[in-house]
Amino acid sequence: MATTTMNNTTNDIEVSEGILRQQRRRRIVMGLIFIGIAVFIWLVFVAKLERGVITTFVMTPGGASAQAGDWVFPTVPYLNAIAGLCAAIGAYQIVRGFGKRTYSALALVVILFIFSFLAWATAGGSTNLAGLLRVMVVRSVPLTIGALSGILCERAGIINIAIEGMMLMAAFVSTVFASLTHNLMLGMLSGIVAGGLLGLVHGVLSIKYKINQIISGTVINIFATGITSYLSSKYIQKVEYQYLNEPGLFPQLEVPLVSKIPFIGPILFNHNIYVFATIIFVVVLTVLLFYTRWGLRLRSVGEHPKAADTLGINVIRTRYMAVVLGGMMAGFGGTYFSLGSSGRFDELMTAGRGFIGLAAMIFGNWNPFGALGAGMLFGFFDSLSAKASLLKVPLPSEFIGMAPYLATIIVLAGVVGRSQAPAAEGIPYEKE
Amino acid sequence: MTTETTTETPHEEKKTGFAIFLEELSRNNITVIVLAILTGIILGGVLVAATTDEVYAAFKLSAWEGIKTSLSTAWNTYVALFTGAFGSPEKIRAAFESGDPLTIRRAINPFFESLVQATPYIFAGLAVALGFRAGLFNIGVEGQIFMGAVASVWAGYAIHGLPAIIHIPLALLIGALGGAIWGFIPGLLKARTGAHEVITTIMMNYIAFRLTDWLLKFPMKDPNEYTPKTPVIEESAKLIKFFQDPIRFHIGFLVAIFVAVLIYILLFKTTWGMELRMVGSNPSAARYAGIKITLSTVMAMVLSGALAGLAGANEVLGLNHRLVPSFSSGYGFDSIALALLGKSHPLGVVLSALLFGFLRNGARAMQLTVGVPIDIVSILQALILAFIAAPAIIRTIYRLKEPKYTEDLVSLRSWSGE
Repeated sequence: MATTTMNNTTNDIEVSEGILRQQRRRRIVMGLIFIGIAVFIWLVFVAKLERGVITTFVMTPGGASAQAGDWVFPTVPYLNAIAGLCAAIGAYQIVRGFGKRTYSALALVVILFIFSFLAWATAGGSTNLAGLLRVMVVRSVPLTIGALSGILCERAGIINIAIEGMMLMAAFVSTVFASLTHNLMLGMLSGIVAGGLLGLVHGVLSIKYKINQIISGTVINIFATGITSYLSSKYIQKVEYQYLNEPGLFPQLEVPLVSKIPFIGPILFNHNIYVFATIIFVVVLTVLLFYTRWGLRLRSVGEHPKAADTLGINVIRTRYMAVVLGGMMAGFGGTYFSLGSSGRFDELMTAGRGFIGLAAMIFGNWNPFGALGAGMLFGFFDSLSAKASLLKVPLPSEFIGMAPYLATIIVLAGVVGRSQAPAAEGIPYEKE
Repeated sequence: MTTETTTETPHEEKKTGFAIFLEELSRNNITVIVLAILTGIILGGVLVAATTDEVYAAFKLSAWEGIKTSLSTAWNTYVALFTGAFGSPEKIRAAFESGDPLTIRRAINPFFESLVQATPYIFAGLAVALGFRAGLFNIGVEGQIFMGAVASVWAGYAIHGLPAIIHIPLALLIGALGGAIWGFIPGLLKARTGAHEVITTIMMNYIAFRLTDWLLKFPMKDPNEYTPKTPVIEESAKLIKFFQDPIRFHIGFLVAIFVAVLIYILLFKTTWGMELRMVGSNPSAARYAGIKITLSTVMAMVLSGALAGLAGANEVLGLNHRLVPSFSSGYGFDSIALALLGKSHPLGVVLSALLFGFLRNGARAMQLTVGVPIDIVSILQALILAFIAAPAIIRTIYRLKEPKYTEDLVSLRSWSGE
């Protein structure tokens, strides 16, 4: 008895020492990355600039009512200051570490880096910063919503790679319904229902029939692609059925007062319903998941279904609920493409956004606010790659467009801290 | 009573013999596959009928009229699919009677065109199947196809002055290498850091698309063309064709069959293949047996990528002879369905690839003749895949018995590994 206890304690000590060593290594790696970014800013950005060059950021997006003056500043001193700040953050990280706030520090450094990139790329000219950020907010909507759909499913232990298919299906269904009823809200509802139904199919296949969840997701993706393209080329792309493909668009809403704030107002408070709904969903889902009994139960099913079952939680029912809710969320995101963005349905119009949403979920560490941040970051690259030709720097838009995917791979590989998936994910639950 | 039983005995025995046969059939996994394909085709027919205006007009007349029209619509669609895939028997007979070589070639072209369509499916299906055998889910086949196409087209137009007998294998190999590199990265990440290959390969797909876009726009663009395209490859790099136009059938199909045999030998007749399958089916046992899991995982992804790369090389060197932006073929996701349908066995993969090739080619003709969109093929594939992956559905519908043994097609861990 005594020896086993001793063995256990030594093991525990070894394990905790291992974790400590790993934490120390991560802390130092992270600090080195921060300093590396500082050095990069100096070597690549500052070194090639002429002294006294000036950057101009236009702070009013095109067509906005709230005017703001342009932001004109000397490039080199600003970049020097930013690089210095990054280096200081890196040094602090290496010596002391930010502990729980490491990710906030990382986010800050990334934002500083992007800012300095923009300042460098527009040196001697001007860029519409406000326009860029406004497009970023718009583009982040489907990515964030897709990520939220993934979070709902995966927190309950169901992998959902069918977000793309669910979105596409919802985009199609909502287009037809909104065109028939001339009611955007009904169109949106029908899209949400369509997504929920596909979620139910995913649930039946992966929970009842215990199909591998990736295969089940692939089935839904192939099916949704096939059926929407089939019905689309059979009906709604034809002239005689054009009336089925005219759903209309949700109008822009200006939030009173705050939309008049210069710079921030037009970027954040003058959008259609989807942008506002996204932010509301992020907040609501955070509260539900982490501060209610419902959320605790959902997460417990995703982490340790057997324990949850022992405590009287119905694992199967919880998983069905999660996957249907996730499908509805993806469906809502899908209606954005037809009713919130283009005002019609086109074949394959989601163009892989569902998969990037999945990446945003991982990037955001299965956390709604993380997903929002990741969605914004990816949306920014999206927005920037559309405007790459306007920059002074010969950086092809294709390479800017690659950034989100590269970033996701890096995060997944654990170079910059590892994201943590729910433990029981992907494993069908067998009740004994 | 006793006399009755004795007279009945031979009859009964015969019946039980048949019953045994039925029972065997009912427990057999192949029955499920056949029924899955059949059920998918029936549901596809229902969909076609349900989206045809004449059917609704007929139902307005009477229910019987409606059912008749639905059946004939579905029947006509599948006849069009069949003749599109194999050629129409009457035309072939008439052509051979006329004896005109061009007419004959035109008549038998659909069959060879189906083989042409099946070729990339064989490579891509083998890529996915090999991954499954090693416990890996390679969703990045599409990206690897792109990289294979890019690499081989470069080898095709940038290398000059080689005889075809060297140039063709070299271009194919370079194509395989391009795909292999794209498989190596996720494989290494999986083995070293546990990053799940499903996500990394999806990301690698999009990186490959962007990279290809850029390459076609700048470094690899044909300077004589206005739109982004690569130059046409050298004559010596074009895959050998056996017939004159319009038959596009080329040696790529035979290469694919040869590679399938190689993969079969590798998987089932070599130690290394056994180790790979062991890692796939039971990693802990494999680790206990002293198999290097890291090496096995990386090698499996490299080989899988190389196979996918061959699919891309085959398309470029055999058909288009240059790379254009609209190269995207959708083979990547289809090949997942295909590998599962073929139970991840090289022979099964070849058979399913032929099925998919015939479907794809037939559907194109069907779209032209009866106006049913080609996307019906995707729907069929999704339905068949669902039924194959969940045999329980088929077993419930047709009241089949449980199989004696079941094997898991894929073993899967969570996104970020253990």
